[in-house]
Amino acid sequence: MLALQILIDGFAISALYALGATGFTLIFGVSGVLNLSHGAIMVLAAVAAWAASSILHVNNYIGATIGVATALVASLITYFAVVQPIQRSRRIPNEEKEIFVLTGTLLWGIMIQELIAYFFTNNAKTVLPIVEGVVEILGVRTPQNEIFTALVCCLVIALLWLLVNRTRMGKAVLAASMNPRGVTLLGLELTNIYVVVWAIYGILAGIAGVLLGMFLGVSSYSVGPLTASAFSIVVLGGLGSVSGSLIAAFVVGYLETLTAYLVSPAYRTIPALLLLVAVMYIRPQGLLGRR
Amino acid sequence: MSLFKTRLFWIALGIVVIASTLPLYVSGYILGLLTVAYYFGVFAMSWDLLFGFAGEVNFGPTFLIGVGAYTAGIINHEYGLSVYLCIFIGAMASVIAGFVLALPALRVRGPYFGLTTLVAVLMLQNFIVVFADLTGGEIGLTIPDVITINASANYWIALGFMSISAAVLYGLSQSPLGLVLQASGQDPVQAGALGFNIVKHKLFAFIVSAFFSGLAGAMLVFYFGTASVGTVVDVAVGVQVIVAAVLGGRRTVLGAALGAIFLIVAGEFLRPTGELATFIVSAVALLVVLFFPGGFLGAAMSREARS
Repeated sequence: MLALQILIDGFAISALYALGATGFTLIFGVSGVLNLSHGAIMVLAAVAAWAASSILHVNNYIGATIGVATALVASLITYFAVVQPIQRSRRIPNEEKEIFVLTGTLLWGIMIQELIAYFFTNNAKTVLPIVEGVVEILGVRTPQNEIFTALVCCLVIALLWLLVNRTRMGKAVLAASMNPRGVTLLGLELTNIYVVVWAIYGILAGIAGVLLGMFLGVSSYSVGPLTASAFSIVVLGGLGSVSGSLIAAFVVGYLETLTAYLVSPAYRTIPALLLLVAVMYIRPQGLLGRR
Repeated sequence: MSLFKTRLFWIALGIVVIASTLPLYVSGYILGLLTVAYYFGVFAMSWDLLFGFAGEVNFGPTFLIGVGAYTAGIINHEYGLSVYLCIFIGAMASVIAGFVLALPALRVRGPYFGLTTLVAVLMLQNFIVVFADLTGGEIGLTIPDVITINASANYWIALGFMSISAAVLYGLSQSPLGLVLQASGQDPVQAGALGFNIVKHKLFAFIVSAFFSGLAGAMLVFYFGTASVGTVVDVAVGVQVIVAAVLGGRRTVLGAALGAIFLIVAGEFLRPTGELATFIVSAVALLVVLFFPGGFLGAAMSREARS
């Protein structure tokens, strides 16, 4: 009974983590950018969805769409206003661009977080779920919303896989992650590919954020922990490896759920951190990463 | 000595002398603000030694700061040793923690190094919360002793401490050792080929950085009279340290201190804007990062070089 409960709850959390981390790792894989405003964009999506349905009283589906669209816009602004100027700047030496992108996106994330706190306060917000009610799965009472979350996450990840592996545009993205110069030589505009990747990222982060808002609720305090958890999942799986982060998301999700149920919710994040440290020391490139 | 001929030395000396007369005519409130800012300046300078010269992005400056601060605080709280002994032990604990962290972390490069240091902070934070009996948990640890309760004396101690740290760290960065560090940060392969032991040099930089971070953390704790996650360990504090160093101008050491003072003073001046204060400071910092990547001191120095 408890085992089944852990299995179900863990799956929903893990799927959500996987969705959040996929976009993050995609951007790193393709353009080498670690986007530290990730958590802020997720929270922004959730808050936008919450504001649309709770203040403007629109239909829940439209609210969720507004949330995802907001994340998409925020993600493109991040690219055009923060990341691209740094990458193109002549005054920043190439070997230091990484730290500037990190600092820049971090500051941008703090700005989003503070604006959310200013306009919508720091209180936790729960987005009205699209599906309501509970069902019994083999005797475990499960909110339908939880099942919905897990299903949507799996569906979106499957769509992403199709997009990357089965379409022309996806193949260009994949090629850019392997050899940017080669892609340029083939006559593809690298900037266009980056814009596509950031758009995909925005949609993924938006969906993850809105689902998180329905499932657990968010507040502007969740920004830091969300970025940190995406970062550690991605490193655990291997920077830039999408399948690695999927596996890592499930490892982390289940570890946290197991700890929360069997030991104490207070120690929830500790085993995952210990695992991360162990992986860093034994296999620094992560589970499926390339050196 | 050539040191006394450089303009920078006299400018810095002038600023320190002017700053040391402040207690004569400004309120205790401003003194308190600047005291904290000076300790922050030391945090930022030690971070810059590691980043600007050794080329290692340490995402966890608060790991070193926090270990120093909490060790000193706990020893004082549990055993009641004298303040200065506690500060010394705190700094030593930070050096050991830095050594333990750096040995494996230096094996990995770039973002992985950053992540290892970030994880160290998260671990420390969890440790503090879990062992709440010893550390005071999320509420914070109350420390029975303080260095002094005189605002002016506290201010002078902080100013003196920052000036000495600045002199040592700046001197180190300009010494042959600093050059080797800079070389191993920019091109480790070539520096290694020239016969320098890169790992040893970087380890040394890490330990120096840890020593000053821990020392400043311990002193800050005895100034506040309390140690809490929110003031010396939280990732947000580390972010502030990094932003201060980048804002003031990386690879300048002294700029980092200016950046830290600016951040804290600006945050205070913007207090009337309420919740927007952090937003404005971050926005300004982002603009500086985008348009003046050299930071305050970097921009000033390049103008001087041009003229």
